[in-house]
Amino acid sequence: MKTLVKVLKKPITSTFIAIIFGFLVSAFVLSLASYNPWEAFGALFKGIFSKPKYISNVIIKATPIILTGLSVAFAFKTGLFNIGAEGQYIAGTVVAVCVGAKLNLAPILQIPIVVMSGVIAGALIGGIIGFLKAKFGIHEVITSIMFNWIALYFSNYIVSTPLYHQPNSTSTFPVNESSYTMLLPKWKVSEEGMAALKPHKGLYDVMLKTDVNFGILIAVILAVLVWVLLYRSTKGYELRAVGFNRDAAEFAGINVNLNITQSMIIAGALSGLAGALVITGTSPHRISQLAAFENNGFNGLSVALIAGSSPVGCVFAGLLFGGLLYGGQSVQQAVGAPSEIINIMIGTIVFFIALTKVVPVLAEKLEKRGVNRAK
Amino acid sequence: MLNDISLLIGITLMYSTPLVFGALGGVISERSGVVNIGIEGMMTVGAFTAASVNYFSGNPWLGFIAAGAMGGLVSLLHALASVSFKADQTISGIAINLIGPGFALFFCRLLFDDATMTLPAKTLPKIFGDTNFSSSIMKNLNVDITVILGLIAAVGMWFFLYKTKWGLRVNAVGEHPAAADTMGINVSLTRYLCVIVSGILSGFGGASMTLAIISQFTPTAISGQGFIALAALIFGKWTPMGAYGACMLFGFAQALTIVLGGGKFAIPSQILSMLPYVLTIVVLILFVGRSVAPKADGVPYEKGVR
Repeated sequence: MKTLVKVLKKPITSTFIAIIFGFLVSAFVLSLASYNPWEAFGALFKGIFSKPKYISNVIIKATPIILTGLSVAFAFKTGLFNIGAEGQYIAGTVVAVCVGAKLNLAPILQIPIVVMSGVIAGALIGGIIGFLKAKFGIHEVITSIMFNWIALYFSNYIVSTPLYHQPNSTSTFPVNESSYTMLLPKWKVSEEGMAALKPHKGLYDVMLKTDVNFGILIAVILAVLVWVLLYRSTKGYELRAVGFNRDAAEFAGINVNLNITQSMIIAGALSGLAGALVITGTSPHRISQLAAFENNGFNGLSVALIAGSSPVGCVFAGLLFGGLLYGGQSVQQAVGAPSEIINIMIGTIVFFIALTKVVPVLAEKLEKRGVNRAK
Repeated sequence: MLNDISLLIGITLMYSTPLVFGALGGVISERSGVVNIGIEGMMTVGAFTAASVNYFSGNPWLGFIAAGAMGGLVSLLHALASVSFKADQTISGIAINLIGPGFALFFCRLLFDDATMTLPAKTLPKIFGDTNFSSSIMKNLNVDITVILGLIAAVGMWFFLYKTKWGLRVNAVGEHPAAADTMGINVSLTRYLCVIVSGILSGFGGASMTLAIISQFTPTAISGQGFIALAALIFGKWTPMGAYGACMLFGFAQALTIVLGGGKFAIPSQILSMLPYVLTIVVLILFVGRSVAPKADGVPYEKGVR
């Protein structure tokens, strides 16, 4: 009994319950549409785990949404709702392409410059949003939504300019190879590389057929850094105090407006980094005409929510989300069920994340009842 | 010149109508104290329902009503989470934004042979009927009937919120639910009803996209209108007329980009497309300033908690 209550009180339990409900509801929807849910889920798991190549692709897909998730989670912790991760992400990709396609230095200089330019682009947009909130009191949700669209159209503008437009395509030129952040990209084309990997089938597939890159390492390191910043530093204490109670923070001598701007700069930088790393780390290493949002930023919202805004939790939530998105494609191939079932599943998980906040409360009640009975 | 002006008016009204419905849905929900960030999802469901019911029944009005009903049904989920379960309303709203388009596309593929768009069908009538006007000015001003419905909804909601006792109750529940509770107002019921109305209006918003502006549902039929409506709601300081004005401004900027577009000026179309969004921010900086939400907006009501 006691252990049950203890387990129920842990936030992670609620998350697992929500995930189980996500699967149950999508199983129900699938059988309603007369598909076999077992087959569909089988295909989903096969699509994630059955080959090393798939796992590698899941990680690649998860990298940007872990970072945008971190961006949203960080802003959440400081009392801001960064619905603009999408625009900051786009800004990151655009500026990384602009710099990376024109500049061609040694990789040791090129990579940091390209990645940092993306980071700065995201930080700039985040900073403007934060500044407008601090200075004019304009709700960050409005400016974020507006900047999402401004970034989208700006991206399309860059794609169309003669300076960057690749003739006969809907994309820009790719960035120069010196900006690539894949693991040993040369092995893909060189005889020696292929020969060296040949004996190891799994490794061969992963290295040559997917874009294994350093992005995930950076994402994990940043998750830890964000945690340290929030919970182990004076700055983080200030930021969280502003998020928790503006008036109390101001009364305690914290510069509220400055903290709001700083918080949005950091959140924007994280989303911009996500964009830059996608450009340097995965083919086609360029941006294309966008008809609608690609959702790397909006998915960050869901990641942050599933993670309960915990920075380290974002890594796991991002991997789960990336896995569902990637594995979902095989559901359509194998069973014929529309791959949108994955959106329904993810939505249901997020919905039950909201509902399962009652689980710890119920556990508390259960505990009290137990104590009363013992008397 | 007159032609351009009439074109400007016509496009403004056309573009703003789905936003008006969405934003009004947001107003009623947030006035009662429930943050509704899920307008986008509800609008998508409405847009799909409207287009498919219209296609199968051949009656666009039936599609319009069905869209409202489905929007209301989806919003019931949001009400359940935010009122009964006292859940985080932002999370639940985001979940609606994921589930709504998921459902719409899932069932679209089932009903329309694995295609992500419905087949085109007859749209709702225009205000002056289908007569073919000889002058292009009249043609431009012959707007969709949904434009009028949107205006009626806005005026109706203004009247309801400020001139009726039920409206006063809704405001009370959103500002100070505990006080409202002591006065014998059923806080949960009020919030449930407001969220459902919000869903119905959002559904209408989606329908006025796929039954008037375009004649079918496509994956990009609703792409961001729900979020723009959300922005308009905050922009309009949580009032029906303010939100209506914000939507009009946005529609006007959208119309400007189209009228100015036609190759008359040497501005790239992508830069021109940014205009509505930049303009919104500029207007906010210059004129509007801080907007304050209803006091209890987003806070679940717990009986007996101070």
